[in-house]
Amino acid sequence: MSRNLVLGAVLSAVFVLAALISFAWVPYDVTQMDITNKIKPPSPAHPLGTDHFGRDILSMIMVGARTSIAVALVAVGIGMGLGVPLGLAAAAKKGGWLDELIMRANDLVFAFPSLLIAIMITAVFGASAINAIIAIGIFNIPVFARLTRSGALSLWTRDFVLAARVAGKGATRISVEHILPNVTNLLIVQGTIQFSLGILAEAGLSYVGLGAQPPTPSWGRMLADSQTMVSFAPHMALFPGLAILLTVLGLNLMGDGLRDRFDPKLQRARQ
Amino acid sequence: MSLLRIENLSMDIHGTPILKDVSLSVDPGQIVGVIGESGSGKSMTAFSVMQLLPDGTNCAGRIALSGHEMLTLGERSLCRLRGSKVSMVFQEPMTALNPLKPIGEQVAETILIHERTSRANAMHRAAEALARAELPQDRFPMSRYPHELSGGQRQRVVIAMAIALRPNLLIADEPTTALDVTTQAEILTLLKRLASEDGMGLLLISHDLAVVADMADHIVIMRQGEVVEQGPAQTLLREMRHPYSLALLAASDHVPEREGQPQDMPLLRVRDVVRDYATPRKGLWGTPGTFRAVDGISFDIRRGENLGLVGESGCGKSTLTRAILGLEEVQAGTIELDGQPVFTGHRPNRAVRRRMQVVFQDPYGSFNPRWTVARLVCEPFHLADDPPTGAARDAAVAEALESVGLAASDAEKYIHEFSGGQRQRIAIARALIIKPDLIILDEAVSALDVSVRAQVLDLLADLSDRFGLTYLFISHDLSVVRSITDRVLVMKAGKIVEQGETEQVFADPQHPYTQQLIAAAPQLPDDVRRLAHEH
Amino acid sequence: MLRFALKRLLSLAATLWVASLIIFLSLEIVPGDPAAFMLGMNAQEDTLNALREELGLNQGPLQRYLGWVGGMLVGDFGTSYTYRTPVAEMILERVQVSLPLALYALTLSTVIAFPAGIWAASRRGRAADVTVMGLTQLGVAIPNFWFAMLMVLVFAINLRWFNAGGFAGWDAGFFPAMKSLTLPAIALALPQASILARVMRSSLLDTLSEDFIRTARAKGLTRAQALWRHALRNALIPVLTIIGLQFAFLLAGAIIIENVFFLPGLGRLVFQAISARDLIVVESVVMLLVFAVVLVNFVVDLAYAAVDPRLRGQK
Repeated sequence: MSRNLVLGAVLSAVFVLAALISFAWVPYDVTQMDITNKIKPPSPAHPLGTDHFGRDILSMIMVGARTSIAVALVAVGIGMGLGVPLGLAAAAKKGGWLDELIMRANDLVFAFPSLLIAIMITAVFGASAINAIIAIGIFNIPVFARLTRSGALSLWTRDFVLAARVAGKGATRISVEHILPNVTNLLIVQGTIQFSLGILAEAGLSYVGLGAQPPTPSWGRMLADSQTMVSFAPHMALFPGLAILLTVLGLNLMGDGLRDRFDPKLQRARQ
Repeated sequence: MSLLRIENLSMDIHGTPILKDVSLSVDPGQIVGVIGESGSGKSMTAFSVMQLLPDGTNCAGRIALSGHEMLTLGERSLCRLRGSKVSMVFQEPMTALNPLKPIGEQVAETILIHERTSRANAMHRAAEALARAELPQDRFPMSRYPHELSGGQRQRVVIAMAIALRPNLLIADEPTTALDVTTQAEILTLLKRLASEDGMGLLLISHDLAVVADMADHIVIMRQGEVVEQGPAQTLLREMRHPYSLALLAASDHVPEREGQPQDMPLLRVRDVVRDYATPRKGLWGTPGTFRAVDGISFDIRRGENLGLVGESGCGKSTLTRAILGLEEVQAGTIELDGQPVFTGHRPNRAVRRRMQVVFQDPYGSFNPRWTVARLVCEPFHLADDPPTGAARDAAVAEALESVGLAASDAEKYIHEFSGGQRQRIAIARALIIKPDLIILDEAVSALDVSVRAQVLDLLADLSDRFGLTYLFISHDLSVVRSITDRVLVMKAGKIVEQGETEQVFADPQHPYTQQLIAAAPQLPDDVRRLAHEH
Repeated sequence: MLRFALKRLLSLAATLWVASLIIFLSLEIVPGDPAAFMLGMNAQEDTLNALREELGLNQGPLQRYLGWVGGMLVGDFGTSYTYRTPVAEMILERVQVSLPLALYALTLSTVIAFPAGIWAASRRGRAADVTVMGLTQLGVAIPNFWFAMLMVLVFAINLRWFNAGGFAGWDAGFFPAMKSLTLPAIALALPQASILARVMRSSLLDTLSEDFIRTARAKGLTRAQALWRHALRNALIPVLTIIGLQFAFLLAGAIIIENVFFLPGLGRLVFQAISARDLIVVESVVMLLVFAVVLVNFVVDLAYAAVDPRLRGQK
């Protein structure tokens, strides 16, 4: 196990754990305001201090982790769930109308950064965490479709696929039995990267008010609230930002570590 | 005095020993051939002379090139020698050139790097070098990009680059392995001519004993990082003593023993088959053109016969194979196995397909790395109406594996645990499992080392006797086709230009193309071949 | 080359057309009655009718779509309901902030990433490589708006080198204007530069292991010569793709960063329009941004062809 992988896995696990624990227990209730204790720097009672409503920042970060992780995870799910089958289908009939359609649709989605999708949804339906999921999820579809397609295309030229065709297997069966298992590594690596990008994107969307709405705590929202107070209460900006940074860093390190781990094995298999 | 003298060269990479006590020398104007199978260290010997070695390589011993001690020279001095005193030609011409630069510029770079001269002068001399490599300016302007040239032409550009400054020593690492046989002959002749014109020493690395025997004045045989035997070409081939050298010689011209005789009834009938491919559209609104890959081919394979199909790359062999296997429908003509068409109503006919199987060239790409051997070998059962399950399936796998000389216990392993030769055996087991009548061997032994190749050929001969198999043996390697087939078809540009009994065609080729192919194929001298068969 | 450009141009036009359909459908058809949507629940019937008349909502959807697209083609983006000014004018004013910001950031990102990536690749596995890779790992993970806030805290509030926000305006002169864009551009560029440096490094390492680099070395080129003369241009192809994609992220990122620095750019305009439910403005700005992204990708395609002779010959 590489150092990257261990460090990344530990960092990611800390935040996933924090999110899970928050369902059962948090130091303070995050909906409870305590104006007498507002904007307090870190202290034994509030290890990360309190915000302008006197809420405990540690508790809010723990509950905010739920939002971030849930949004990013579902968005990766949408991207994989739709992108992978599309990519497999496109590669199976390379150059066919379906391939052409999927690739053009991909180009189209790439022209709409997830923020624009979120803006359009918000303009019509109003802001919510669901917006963020849909916007990030839609943008993830072409990412996975392209990755799957390019991985699958190189596999389709391999002789073992030809052998399967000689055995009378059709494109769908070959895609499921031969192609998919051999692109899983690619997908896992890309999945962790999209997961981390999703967390960043969710934070950005809630920061500008297009994501989760109050009172649901979210890291981006906390940063937005802290902005006007950053000169006299820097802790309000510091800790949510660090939470995002460390989670994303952890996931990226894990992705890199997994890539390194998978690569030599693939090479050995190719030898 | 020798031009190149390697004395007791030992090498390891990150502690893994690669070479041990290698000594050889090259005189001016002399051609030294180094021969060996994969892992023999022959290429690493070549690269050690250039001192272009991977990180973590340690060399001990001595490499002296025209008085320069290569192992003690600094990187700057080495750069001054590379390209001017010693040059190199590589195995893979398709990737050896920078795709983004015109060929003239790439050749001129050799000159500009080493001499203070004008660009115009360098380009002029680059044109000369290209002309010497038989790429004259009027047909191959220097503004061409590599992707506009064929493999053989690209190899000539690499050669032009290497000889532009008339180096004392040229190292050629498998320079023709990736090329067709006729191109190979041209490139070898070119190298020989350049060496004698410039009095240049040539160190020729090859896996092919016949190529080396044809070219070299002196032969070095290597195995597992050591020189097992070396000597003048004339005497070495005839008086070699080391058991490995003898085994190598015997394997290079191995003829498997076969008992079965073809019966006088056709198994596969191919009649007037045509297969066109659409070519990219010309222009934005133009209509797509067509390329005729297979152009009216007809032939029969008799039951129990070994039929060879010979042709160079792009001649349509692969397309024909796909058509016979029912992977692609043909535009015209019929393909029938035992009277039944491969395609019925635009759909491949399962009943016919289960009687045919195939073995591919690449032992590394032919298997899904994530499947067990048992699952891999069973894949053709998909064609059976009632595939065996459970114990019956295990028994079938065990039988198939044992018949190709592997153990039944290998079934639970994964493919990366096997060597190249063992993998080809697994590929054969996969083909055997549904007990087909016809097996297409698509360059099935081309990627194997000669000694392994000889064993696989023996296995194929044995299986055909035991199970009454019929083979369609597709290869670019004439010596292999000659050793195992009864009859042979010669294919060129989608057509069959000659067919007949193998011995007849090889002894007395009628079509000019066949004559050219046979003349181009490197061959051991007759007396050496006789010696080979005695061992 | 011309044929290649034409073909790409056609697909660009097609992408824009479909994009315009999607935008129109989601912002004018999905909300049902845009007039009622924009005015809210308590609107009077006659104000509604007046707005419908003004927006041309009494026409059929096809006519409205054609009117919208046709208008845009001649530079008429309609009139903002809330501001009562032509949208084209508002956009023109805001673009003067957003476009320079995105280009500034793109330049910064490239200027940082290229040397860093090349340096790391040429010293693979050594201290320089490890340091650059570690820093880019951080740069990729940092949320740019948070980084922007930290920079405001340090450079504006504590050191007082820059203003905490706002835009000096081009009337104040080039340098004051650029100065007020500097912190935002750095905040935008940092994550992109990190990504680009990583792509540059890995692409260069891939290229350095190619056969033709070995050929170049056999000619007598030093490692460094082989890198500069042969590897770099080949390594540039995937890097160009990323630069093209990044422009989209820079534009989108600019929308957020403009909020941190209170810059009067397109991003601020969009958020004001959303809260005022001014669909006309949202629709036009989104279309404009999509157009910019598609256009940049077209330029990247042309750049490919300029770098790679294999594409130039392609029919």
